[in-house]
Amino acid sequence: MSSNTVRLNVEQASYAYSAGERQAPLFTLEATSFQARSRELVAVLGPNASGKSKLLRLIAGTLKPLSGRVELDGFHTSQLEARTRAQRIAVVQQESPILFPLRAWEYVLQGRHPYGRTFHFESEEDFAIVENALEQVGAKHVAERWMDKISGGEKQRVVVARALAQQPLLLLLDEPTLHLDIGAQVELLERLRHLAVRNHHTVVVVTHELNLAAAFADQVVLLHKGKCLKVGPPAEVYRRELLEQVYEAPLEVEYSPEGRPRVSIRGGKEIGLGSTPAQVV
Amino acid sequence: MRRMTFRRVLWVCTLQAVVLLAVVVVALKLGAVPISVTDLVYSLGRVAIGHDSQLPSQFQVIVFGLRLPRIILAIFVGAALSVAGAGYQALLRNPLADPYVLGVSGGAALGAICSLIFAPEIPLVTPAAAFVGATLTITAVYFLGRRQGQLDGSTLLLGGVIVASFLQAVIMFLMTTLAGRELRGTSFWLMGDLSTPSPEEIGWVFAVGLAVSIGAIYSTSADLNLMLGGENEAIHLGVNVKRVKLVVYVAASVLTGLAVSVSGAIGYVGLLVPHALRWLVGSDYRILIPASALGGAIVVVVADTLARTIAAPTEFPVGAMTAMAGAPVFIYLLRRRMR
Repeated sequence: MSSNTVRLNVEQASYAYSAGERQAPLFTLEATSFQARSRELVAVLGPNASGKSKLLRLIAGTLKPLSGRVELDGFHTSQLEARTRAQRIAVVQQESPILFPLRAWEYVLQGRHPYGRTFHFESEEDFAIVENALEQVGAKHVAERWMDKISGGEKQRVVVARALAQQPLLLLLDEPTLHLDIGAQVELLERLRHLAVRNHHTVVVVTHELNLAAAFADQVVLLHKGKCLKVGPPAEVYRRELLEQVYEAPLEVEYSPEGRPRVSIRGGKEIGLGSTPAQVV
Repeated sequence: MRRMTFRRVLWVCTLQAVVLLAVVVVALKLGAVPISVTDLVYSLGRVAIGHDSQLPSQFQVIVFGLRLPRIILAIFVGAALSVAGAGYQALLRNPLADPYVLGVSGGAALGAICSLIFAPEIPLVTPAAAFVGATLTITAVYFLGRRQGQLDGSTLLLGGVIVASFLQAVIMFLMTTLAGRELRGTSFWLMGDLSTPSPEEIGWVFAVGLAVSIGAIYSTSADLNLMLGGENEAIHLGVNVKRVKLVVYVAASVLTGLAVSVSGAIGYVGLLVPHALRWLVGSDYRILIPASALGGAIVVVVADTLARTIAAPTEFPVGAMTAMAGAPVFIYLLRRRMR
């Protein structure tokens, strides 16, 4: 398949749920549309409770859209059989609790599950894929370590490696930078960018980090109170009035020489930070 | 990377089978009437080549009429309870889950007692009623253990304990209305007891039900590994969560129902055995399920042998033995979890 065909097609997809049948919907995601190709990185932005995670679950196919469609290579993601879906879509969730101790390589090996059969033990090929996945995220050195004994940044890499072991078309991440320091955040996004290009994944990242999204995303989807306000390259979406309205804070948008926007807090005096604008990260 | 292979599973199971055989031989030897190992091996050998008629009749009655059926029952019950415990632990994502702690054994016991009171004439009604009791209890405990749509470990255990004590109260009520009839027998059975021989047709139902249920749980073992990480994670990794839950809940309830209907509520086996084996062979369910079946058999045979020899000729209920060993382990695990 050539790289400029649309892989992920979200078309007027909406979602709502209510406590009872006769009650008004508690929360809705109004019709949202965007398209993504292979090797593209899409960032989904918006304040808390704007519908970001709902959109991610619609894309992942674990929620069925109320109306509209979410298609991956022409298949409705919510209609795919569980195994098939896991072969095409990998999801990195916010928290991945581990009940019994697991070594990092065992964790990554879980990513091969959708390719296994009932009484199946992993093959040489599966182990080669695991090693490769660990290498791609730069976590080969922790392969033999226990998952609960490695640092947050290393753990996040191993989690991404498990997603890579699924060999997905679509890689979805829900706030992957949440507990990482800034160095690890940048490193993760750089790596995702690189992996998207190298392995032809389509990557969708839900994040709060405006500046990381601006620096690494090809497209940004901006959500606010369940509405999709704008879709486009960061330079188009990052308009001062729009961001100020969404985030309800005085903001400044500057542009780097390459045309990537950068957001900072405006009017440091008002919030007692002196005259230099503090950077929002 | 130490890989999980079929060879490793086979190797561990063979080792356990050897241990089980040794334990069975010792269990046959020990008892109120002492029998020397040479006699035992000699006679077992004779039976194996078909010369059993030449055995002294007293010997034959004690070893093959009394001890062997009881040991076989212990093997079945131990395997059933351990695999049920391991299954519940994965589904409920709680290493402390056990048919007894969760009240499932109590539910099965209540079902069994009701069947004895209301319809003792129907064949196989006791195991069927025990299964129904087990299924209803695990369903109730599952919903009690949910908080805001999520399973909560402490709430679940507390719910199980409360359900167990409620069922205990109902059982007590039913027993007093029985007024003296078989009261001692029933209370002994409630504590977990292997001394009452089961009719032969129950034996066959038991063997088939055990094989099918353990097989069903084993067929989901790769899925159960992922369920330990949470249902959402498992869905994203291609597990058909609804199907796995249905299969394992039903199969684990069948196992508990069968075990309770023949041996009463033997506690903590489903907790002790999978826990010890996780430590020995790892927490991969593809090895843990067969290892738990064999390990449970070993533990219950040992516990029952101790129960009938420690203060011979008096016998303890085997459930008292497993509870004395299991409760401290439960507390230890609970404390460690809270740290």
